[in-house]
Amino acid sequence: MALPIFHPVDDPGPDFSSLLRRSGTPAIHQSETALTVRHATTVVALRFADGIVMAGDRRATEGYSIAHRAMDKVFPADRWSAVAIAGAAGPAVEMVRLFQVQLEHYEKVEGVSLSLEGKANQLAQMVRQHLPMAMQGLAVVPLFAGYDLRREIGRIYTYDVTGGHYEEADFQATGSGGRDARTTIKLGFREGLVRAEAIELAIEALYEAADEDAGTGGPDLVRGIYPLVAVVDADGYAQVEEAVVADRFLALIERKRSERGTRPTRGDPG
Amino acid sequence: MSMPFYVAPEQVMKDRAEYAQKGIARGRSLVATTFEDGIVIVAENPSRSLHKISEIYDRIAFAGVGKYNEYDQLRVAGVRHADTKGFTFSREDVDARSLANLYAQYLGNVFTHEMKPLEVEILVAELSADTRPDQLYHIAYEGTITDEENYAVLGGDAETITERVGESWQADWDLASALTAAVRALAGPDRSLEAADLEVAVLSRQNGRRTFRRIGNDELAELLREALASPAVTDEPAPADPEPEEPEA
Repeated sequence: MALPIFHPVDDPGPDFSSLLRRSGTPAIHQSETALTVRHATTVVALRFADGIVMAGDRRATEGYSIAHRAMDKVFPADRWSAVAIAGAAGPAVEMVRLFQVQLEHYEKVEGVSLSLEGKANQLAQMVRQHLPMAMQGLAVVPLFAGYDLRREIGRIYTYDVTGGHYEEADFQATGSGGRDARTTIKLGFREGLVRAEAIELAIEALYEAADEDAGTGGPDLVRGIYPLVAVVDADGYAQVEEAVVADRFLALIERKRSERGTRPTRGDPG
Repeated sequence: MSMPFYVAPEQVMKDRAEYAQKGIARGRSLVATTFEDGIVIVAENPSRSLHKISEIYDRIAFAGVGKYNEYDQLRVAGVRHADTKGFTFSREDVDARSLANLYAQYLGNVFTHEMKPLEVEILVAELSADTRPDQLYHIAYEGTITDEENYAVLGGDAETITERVGESWQADWDLASALTAAVRALAGPDRSLEAADLEVAVLSRQNGRRTFRRIGNDELAELLREALASPAVTDEPAPADPEPEEPEA
């Protein structure tokens, strides 16, 4: 590897993907032929009083079989933002890796961080570059959320496969179980939720999604694998401890069980 | 028609070296030293935004003295090299030694082949990890690379400052005393430097994955005050300063 020094007129600036193209390493691979790819997911993000909560299940599927039981779908993008992925696992994880390096690269070259809006736009460009692959069935649909240090609020952005991105007011969920998760959050959401309530709501949304959607994994009590929950607030990105998540899930399951009560079995004359 | 003049290569190199040295000597110096939590770099720099010290990678810092536009170009190239390497391979494969070698080759090339040598001296510092110790690579304008132990001084006045740092250096000292000694060494016996005249950054084991952190003006002033208040350091400068001057004169 040579020292990457460029002439001022064709300097790539702080753009890491353009730097990679220059050095002959394509950032996002243009051709890949895979008939079965890992996808199907539920990831959710919601705003609360001090920031955002983001959570995602852990299941990766290949067709009708489970490919991986403990996949991470929620990642820190940088210190103040998080990104979650739904879609084809390979390209999605690669996109997140590139996005993480891009944000840090910009910060180091320029000496300041991008604004949250700038980060969201940057991710949109990556999704757009990925469109040819999406047309072949390898779509990647991220969910981006973070804490806006200038406005001091949490903000959430959703994407479509063409790179269109839209800011959400309160919450969003994506992936095959997104619809069920969204409905759950919609019913429980109110302005000014506190951190613990927001975590609770995200967990409930993932539970309901897993309950309805075959592609979404629920809490795996046997192996001790629980969905990943992260919080981004003024203190930055923090992953909620697995023990806490497990505790919340067990409480939820206990509540569901007691609510259901003992119902008479079908056909029982009484 | 004009005849090309013959100039002996020795003369060319001498002239270039002199030119570069003069350029570097015009700027202010910089001190880097290890301390209990990592490596601290102290530069005399009144600007808050044009940095001499910067982050290259998780455990690697860059510092330059001399002409700002020249070392800043090298800094950006270093960030690019490190990020590309980390992205292609893995984050732990990025090391200061290979980057320092690339810098040395580039500076050496420019020195021999270009019209004008780069008027810079740079430092590549890496915080120790499981397999590698703390490393301080000092690279001069003509590409000479030195693997410094414990502390490094860059800039025009390097010799006298190195002497002063060497007198006070201790293994595993705390940040406040390392900082004060570095500031005293930079200032010399006749001047005193305030927090506003300095740029300070650390590579610290306390900082998580990205170990680089700038120490802002307020925190720096607080650290310097703290060190002055402790008796261990206040005793030192009185005997150390006047004595070495006599034999030299």
